[in-house]
Amino acid sequence: MSTIEERVKKIIIEQLGVKEEEVKLEASFENDLGADSLDTVELVMALEEEFETEIPDEEAEKIRTVQAAIDYVTNHSAD
Amino acid sequence: MSDLSGQIAVVTGASRGIGRAIAESLTAQGATVIGTATSDQGAAAISEYLADQGKGFRLNVNEAGAIEAFIAEVQQEFGTIDILVNNAGITRDNLLMRMKDDEWDDVIQTNLTAVFKLSKAVMRGMMKKRQGRIVNIGSVVGTTGNPGQANYCAAKAGLIGFTKALAKEIASRGVTVNAVAPGFIDTDMTKTLTDDQKAQIFGTIPAARLGKPEEIAAAVSFLVSSGAAYVTGETIHVNGGMNMV
Repeated sequence: MSTIEERVKKIIIEQLGVKEEEVKLEASFENDLGADSLDTVELVMALEEEFETEIPDEEAEKIRTVQAAIDYVTNHSAD
Repeated sequence: MSDLSGQIAVVTGASRGIGRAIAESLTAQGATVIGTATSDQGAAAISEYLADQGKGFRLNVNEAGAIEAFIAEVQQEFGTIDILVNNAGITRDNLLMRMKDDEWDDVIQTNLTAVFKLSKAVMRGMMKKRQGRIVNIGSVVGTTGNPGQANYCAAKAGLIGFTKALAKEIASRGVTVNAVAPGFIDTDMTKTLTDDQKAQIFGTIPAARLGKPEEIAAAVSFLVSSGAAYVTGETIHVNGGMNMV
């Protein structure tokens, strides 16, 4: 079983089409990984599916970096 | 005609008129079609004419949660929706001075709000697939206006703005959003016109006849085809020259 960090990074790599080494914890989706607003919406949707959770809009807005995504999932996932 | 084999299409308001012609034309091109009607009877009629190429569903777009539940059910049974044709529409005509709130609300709900909800419900599947077609059926009166139809004209004009906005949002994902604006088409909706009204209308149509539902379906067929991949945010007017935009 992969860790949450590995699973989150894998989704980011797939969704944004970036290289593994670019996905640093402090990397911002929009500023460092070239995501536009639609990409970030899709990324949140993919996280919701992978971790079987619903991320409310006001929470989704705060998920702007790799670390923020990992933190959100860590704090809200059942497994 | 293009090849739509393997594609899943949803057509609202498919029991008769323009919706039925669209559903039949999509099945003729190989698509599996899910058609909706507001009554069980209408849904059964759709299942009958679609035979093994699709299924009729009862859908009242104004029931809370009905649209989301319907789309989830379709996706579970048939898979991701490739084509959405927002065709269902109603009229509640009245001069504005006499128009009641519920006549306004019903038309906006059914003709505009339902389009928002249905489009939103299919969006996730289309974006993930990087492919999709949404076609909204508008009306010539959304552009020209028509006395007694302030509610209907507002909804149909709103639909065109919605089409353009959504087209811009999702063009980069291979999903196109377009509208077809019929003029006066020979359906139950226009059968209620009096002879006097018809004579007056014919005077304004260079083609000097009502359009056929199949002529709307033909425009829809083009927009859902792979050849129309670069057409988005557009409204195709099919009105016998009645109004040239």
